[in-house]
Amino acid sequence: MNVLVFLVPLALGLGLAGLAAFVWSLRGGQYDDMEGAAVRMLSDDDLRAR
Amino acid sequence: MTIAVAPGVVAGMMRADPGADAPTHSTDLSSFVAEGPGGTRHMDLAVENITCAACIDDIEGGLADLDGIVGARLNLTTHRLAVEWQPGRLDPADILARLQRIGYRAHPFEAGRAEVEEARQSRTLLTALAVAGFAAMNVMLLSVSVWSGNATDITPETRDFFHWISALIALPAAAFAGQPFFRSALAAIRRGRLNMDVPISLGVLLALGLSVVETINHAEHAYFDSAVMLLFFLLLGRTMEHAMRRRTRAVAGNLAALRAPTAQRLDGGSVTVVPTRALVTGDRILVGAGDRIAVDGLIEDGRSEIDESLITGETDRRSVGPGDRVHAGCLNHMGSLTVRVTAADGATLLDEIERLLERAGAVRAGYVRLADRVARAYAPVVHLTALATLAGWLLAGIGLHDAVVIAITVLIITCPCALALAVPAVQVAAAGRLFRAGVLLNAGDALERLATVDTVVFDKTGTLTLPDPQPVNSHEVPADLLAVARRLALSSRHPLARGLQAIGPEAIPYEGVAEQPGAGVSALVDGEMLRLGSLAFCGAEALAPAPRASDGQGDPTASLIAVQKGERRAVLRIHQMLRPDAEETVTRLRRMGLSVQILSGDRSSAVAPIARRLGVEAWRGDLTPAGKIAAIEGLKREGRSVVMVGDGLNDAPALAAAAASLSPVTAVDLAQAAADAVFLGDRLGPVAETIAVGRRARRLMRENLGFALAYNLVAVPVAIAGHATPLVAALAMSGSSLVVTLNALRLSRRPAAAAASSAPRAAAEIRS
Repeated sequence: MNVLVFLVPLALGLGLAGLAAFVWSLRGGQYDDMEGAAVRMLSDDDLRAR
Repeated sequence: MTIAVAPGVVAGMMRADPGADAPTHSTDLSSFVAEGPGGTRHMDLAVENITCAACIDDIEGGLADLDGIVGARLNLTTHRLAVEWQPGRLDPADILARLQRIGYRAHPFEAGRAEVEEARQSRTLLTALAVAGFAAMNVMLLSVSVWSGNATDITPETRDFFHWISALIALPAAAFAGQPFFRSALAAIRRGRLNMDVPISLGVLLALGLSVVETINHAEHAYFDSAVMLLFFLLLGRTMEHAMRRRTRAVAGNLAALRAPTAQRLDGGSVTVVPTRALVTGDRILVGAGDRIAVDGLIEDGRSEIDESLITGETDRRSVGPGDRVHAGCLNHMGSLTVRVTAADGATLLDEIERLLERAGAVRAGYVRLADRVARAYAPVVHLTALATLAGWLLAGIGLHDAVVIAITVLIITCPCALALAVPAVQVAAAGRLFRAGVLLNAGDALERLATVDTVVFDKTGTLTLPDPQPVNSHEVPADLLAVARRLALSSRHPLARGLQAIGPEAIPYEGVAEQPGAGVSALVDGEMLRLGSLAFCGAEALAPAPRASDGQGDPTASLIAVQKGERRAVLRIHQMLRPDAEETVTRLRRMGLSVQILSGDRSSAVAPIARRLGVEAWRGDLTPAGKIAAIEGLKREGRSVVMVGDGLNDAPALAAAAASLSPVTAVDLAQAAADAVFLGDRLGPVAETIAVGRRARRLMRENLGFALAYNLVAVPVAIAGHATPLVAALAMSGSSLVVTLNALRLSRRPAAAAASSAPRAAAEIRS
């Protein structure tokens, strides 16, 4: 049973890290343009920079 | 005076100000420019014609070459472009010019306060949803362990440990994620009302409180999972609803920007293009032929004929000269006018309309939403049942603690999770379906009101007819000449040219087009002279056809314009035309059991032929705005429920007075604001579609409410008997929520035949 004492908080910590990552990406505006994000990976903006 | 259009000088302002090449002209966009990070300047633009992913590269790549651009980012969802540049190295007008050259028309854009507020709320909701989701998952994991442990061999110490961890997660999560509900419930109670959020908040708070007490007492059951799961489901519904509303609002905001209310202000000898809202009383503005007058004012100089059809519905033009008063929304047909801006003095037509609007709006406020009606009846019953349970068990003598626990479980299990989702889920599904069909919903409860109507009242000008006059004999004109006419029309500001303008990928204006006011536009392309304008201008007097009445459209009042390409000429007859599917839509509305009427401000002789053609017997012309309201009140007294469809300023009060209302997207702002929904495109079909969706939505809402109530009827006796464990509560709650949501989603399924034809066009409209 003692194993629960650090395993449960560990699991919670991982979950909290995920939550923090979500909030960070939300604040960064990553959900403002869902359609654009899906097609941007197809663009050749790296070629344009040259 | 000849005004030449230099390509791309101040593109984007093209239509508002084609004479922008004169040295005295400039465009003042400063009111749209904001300070960006690091001393840069920032501007938001609404961009037209964004159809595919490649537009991102086109636009961002095209702007990146401009000297001084720091960054440009296109939002493909909202069709908005955010640009940043170094001040001094670039004029904002250059950005619009570059966009015009690569084929996109853009309009400066400023998000309204409501939109900014909604964006903020949407983030708060998403964060709350994430927190509730995190808490629900983890608490559930612990709860499942406890439930299975209770059936086998969990030790009391481990169970307490799990309960305490659940409390540690659930309490802060609920305090954060429950705020939207707690706030709304508090606000309702302060006003002495009950809404759905009151039983929700009470249920959550009691479930948490009871669980903490039970945990302290080392009990077998705790309800932390119920509380957070309830919050998670409800937030999910609310977030979806919010996202839907935001998307609609973004499209509506873009449309408003595309119609770009700008005016040409005279500053001494020079002319500056300014946004209308930057005008103040006493400014003098120049109104060219074909421009809409942006503000109320007095004519100082110039003579012209103006078209007031958006205001009165009257299609005959009025001659005006110095000293005459003109209203915002009038279309200037002939010469250019100098207008001095006057403040609204309480006597203008607009003021009269606004007074009528205020009165009419109060009438509709009496409508009580379906959900609120249910909540009002439901909450007292639930709370009384819980009280009765408490009293009953106390009388049965099981002790205060146990009686309170059972009473609270009654409250938890009746917590209206499915009830609260029943209506919003249907609204989201219906709004999404209408959005795809080209209808933007302004009000959430509009669907319920639309479902109950039995009479459709149409305005004539701009609603049954297309907003711009159309060529009626285009099939008689050689295709290449027609194409020339359509492209030339893009450079003309004459009202007759507007219905002719090309749309789609070939909509590129010719370069070097000159406009001769009162005559027409011309361009020299590949050595050939292209002209569009009056018969005399094109040398086509000999081609003028004798007026015919045989083709159904051949009204002698049709206007004639000619097109010339080299030595070949053709004459186009331009006329107010019915929307292409007007007859079909009226027939469909009748089949749906609705009676159709026409109330118009235009003279009766103009309304009669339209009414005859559509087979509408109940029609009236020559109506003032107050007359329209009176007519609608009359229908109401007959016991009818009316949906009004109109676009003019004179329709706005009637739109507000009717039980439900719709406007085409070309309507004046005031009418759009008064309407429950705005439909895009040239077709009238969305009117019938909206009512049909409204009816289905109402049926689904009732089904959902009925199901949610039935579920509670089954669950409540179990809870009263004291057999409701957290497991039962959790299963019932998530199960009923899922059923209600899935039932609502049936609305998004496309019925076999409907809307198949109108959808692609409408979708293209939304994209553009």
